[in-house]
Amino acid sequence: MTRRMLQMAYASLLALTFVGPVPAIAAGMGTADAFHLLGRTGFTPPPDEILQYAALSREAAVDQLLARVNTRPVTAYPASVIDAAGRPQTQLNEAERRDFVADQRFRTYDLRAWWLGEMLQTPSPLTERMTLFWHNHFVSSEQKVRLVSLMRDQNQLFRENAVGNFGNLLHAASKDPAMVIYLDAATNRKERPNENFAREVMELFTLGEGHYSEQDIKEAARAFTGWSIDRRNGSFIYRPGLHDDGEKSIFGKTGNFDGDDVLNLLLARKETSEFLVAKLWREFVSPQPDRAEVERIATILRDRQYEMKPALRALFLSKAFWDADNRAALVKSPTELVVGSLRALQISVPDPSPFIRTLKVLGQELFAPPNVKGWPGNDAWINASTLLERKQFLDRLARAEEFGSAAQPQARRMGMNGPPERASAPVADDQVIRQRSAFVMEKTEALRQRTQVALRDIRLEPQSWNQSLARSGLDMRNALLATAPVAQASMDAQPGLRAVLLDAAYQVK
Amino acid sequence: MKRRDFLGVLGAGGLLAISPTLAMAAAPSGAASERFRRLLILVELKGGNDGLNTIVPYADPAYYALRPQLGIRPENLIRLDDRVGLNKALSPLMPLWEGGQMAVVQGLGYPQPNLSHFRSIEIWDTASRSNQYLDAGWVTRMLASNPVPPAFMADALIVGSSDLGPLAGGARAVTLAVNGDFERQARLAALASRPGGGALAHVLKVEADVSHAAQSLGNADSLRIALKTEFPVHEFGRTCRTACETLARSSGVAVMRLTIGSFDTHQNQMGRHTALLTQLSEGLSSVKSALVELGRWDDSMIMTYSEFGRRPRENQSAGTDHGTVAPHFVMGGKVRGGLYGQTPTLDRLDETDNLPWQIDFRQMYATVLERWWQLPSQDLLGGKFQSLNIV
Repeated sequence: MTRRMLQMAYASLLALTFVGPVPAIAAGMGTADAFHLLGRTGFTPPPDEILQYAALSREAAVDQLLARVNTRPVTAYPASVIDAAGRPQTQLNEAERRDFVADQRFRTYDLRAWWLGEMLQTPSPLTERMTLFWHNHFVSSEQKVRLVSLMRDQNQLFRENAVGNFGNLLHAASKDPAMVIYLDAATNRKERPNENFAREVMELFTLGEGHYSEQDIKEAARAFTGWSIDRRNGSFIYRPGLHDDGEKSIFGKTGNFDGDDVLNLLLARKETSEFLVAKLWREFVSPQPDRAEVERIATILRDRQYEMKPALRALFLSKAFWDADNRAALVKSPTELVVGSLRALQISVPDPSPFIRTLKVLGQELFAPPNVKGWPGNDAWINASTLLERKQFLDRLARAEEFGSAAQPQARRMGMNGPPERASAPVADDQVIRQRSAFVMEKTEALRQRTQVALRDIRLEPQSWNQSLARSGLDMRNALLATAPVAQASMDAQPGLRAVLLDAAYQVK
Repeated sequence: MKRRDFLGVLGAGGLLAISPTLAMAAAPSGAASERFRRLLILVELKGGNDGLNTIVPYADPAYYALRPQLGIRPENLIRLDDRVGLNKALSPLMPLWEGGQMAVVQGLGYPQPNLSHFRSIEIWDTASRSNQYLDAGWVTRMLASNPVPPAFMADALIVGSSDLGPLAGGARAVTLAVNGDFERQARLAALASRPGGGALAHVLKVEADVSHAAQSLGNADSLRIALKTEFPVHEFGRTCRTACETLARSSGVAVMRLTIGSFDTHQNQMGRHTALLTQLSEGLSSVKSALVELGRWDDSMIMTYSEFGRRPRENQSAGTDHGTVAPHFVMGGKVRGGLYGQTPTLDRLDETDNLPWQIDFRQMYATVLERWWQLPSQDLLGGKFQSLNIV
């Protein structure tokens, strides 16, 4: 047999192993299914975790994942995030105000590092995936909100309700201070504020576009009168004097509705459950929701009063979720790519702050989705620019991993896309602080030192990972790829880690 | 157009994805070749350029009343007509003005303006209505139904910004950092040995585009035309240089997009604005010179744009806040120079104390689509927009 024929034979063998379940362990779903489930509902799993779940049936595995969801984070906030001011201080002069703004930016950096750390450490990746899902549904951005304490609290609101009750979450998120400030600023609601709010709640949070009339909006707006906020710290204030007490007609129902009633009316509409389930489908299953299945699962959601757990269970155990055609059908988000790679390769990262810039460059700055619609995701994550950046990150990771901690210079560059000075500037581009105050200079220097320490402390243990891989009996490709590789280099009998990570197949899940 | 259809149009997942050499050898379609001889160079003034201090209505006393600190006196302007003057920092562009190759389109904006950077630039990039959310950039939509010749290096060249702007949503755009290490990075893009389905097809398509572009640039090394034009050494000058040198070596692109900023001058505007306008005009002068060297000036159209203008009344920090309407420049060998639109009158401001729009920015795009590239614009822009007599 020629070498080429051997390679082709091997490639088809690999392709086969990815297509059907590998009956490796009795009664268990097998490693291919386990890899798929864990990668889709969480982050790319390390070899041990694949084996652990491979021994379970699909139902038992899904139930276990859902049972392990947390409502509180497992890592502690840094002090700078805990004691972040709840409102901008009054009576600041020009220089003080600039320092305050800069201070918030540095704390935002810490909040990002904290969330990345939480994602890396959590025993329940599903919790963080759902928190991120809600962040992308009930969108707010620190670029408008500008108060770290509010973004922190909103993030916790999402975590508390990650796999909770969507109805409760809708009510809470609509009045959440970060949300209120964001919607006000992001959509310029000076004229007809209540009408615009009604439109946002319908279009973005519940029904989706096209499932309401202008009349519904006008009437809902009347119901929302009296809802107002303290613009500076976003605390919700209800002003009964401003409330329109008359009868309103929304979606064919009439009554003296207030804002909370409107939210409940929206929840009662089946379009709300379908809009949400379709979004979850695109997050977890495939780019094209199956209409009949969405309706089926949406019915479950409504029947259980918008409890997320039964709906997610139905989604994760649906035929479509496991379908061969839907394997490798979704593109990994930047967060999944970075966090997944670090978790899968069991790289220890005490301070993940160097990866904040990586995520930004790849197009997903946590706490700063681009607009009210959030990150479009999937194919949109990949263009000529981001693909190269993604591969550069992986290239550096692979080389650092292959050489181990002996190659500290490589490790220092790992995960960063630029010299430390550039990586450490959390100040947004459009806020050039002309006169860099002593405060800003001091903070910037502290950040630079922090980044150096962070990089130095990243522990690469390639021996340990290779052993873990060997123990699992998995081929490197089965341990890292959702489908057979496409590049020649990864089809060799013994591909290097670099070849596998750089294969296009690593970009999808 | 759904992204899926668009990929189909570009032949994603098929042979094109696997052997770019085949693509380069294919005979170019006649119409596409002819059309895209004509190059569009978009120059984004990031952050919202202060139009009122760029094209200054010196004859309007309201201007000086609204801008006691920032108002530019007539003696510091280059008079364009008896109503407006050009900020002196733009004097390098005067030869173009005098040669009748620079148009100034006044009063550009859109109905129900949005004063948020992100939202407004999205509206300009996707040519959407103010309350409409579209995924694909307007140039991407044009390319989806009118692909560039297969021999082209890519659809577009983007220099100085990693976001795709009007090329978002599926266009083959090569993004170059100003000291472009694209070719080095592009070596990471590998060619597939087997096709992939679904999401993988998209990844492979993009990977193939990158390989194709890098190969195209690599092959042209021996054909390198050393440009004699001197480019300014500041950041925008380097952007212009990277763009022109890459253009000189490439087998073609339909669009180039350059970025300069930030024009978001909320405080202490004067110094920064002057510096940016200087960079802009020096850079564009050098671009013109390079295009003349390449014999492409008559086939090029440079167009500036920005998410919005700035508020007529200056603020308390010697700066200006987000506004609505602004003038923009169009330059090129075939451009009919002069002032277009009406000089805004500052006594008629809207409820947010901003200028009401006169010319919808989509008319500029209609002008490019219909008069530059001979394409019907109505479907691409989601409505009928009257083109301007600029080319």
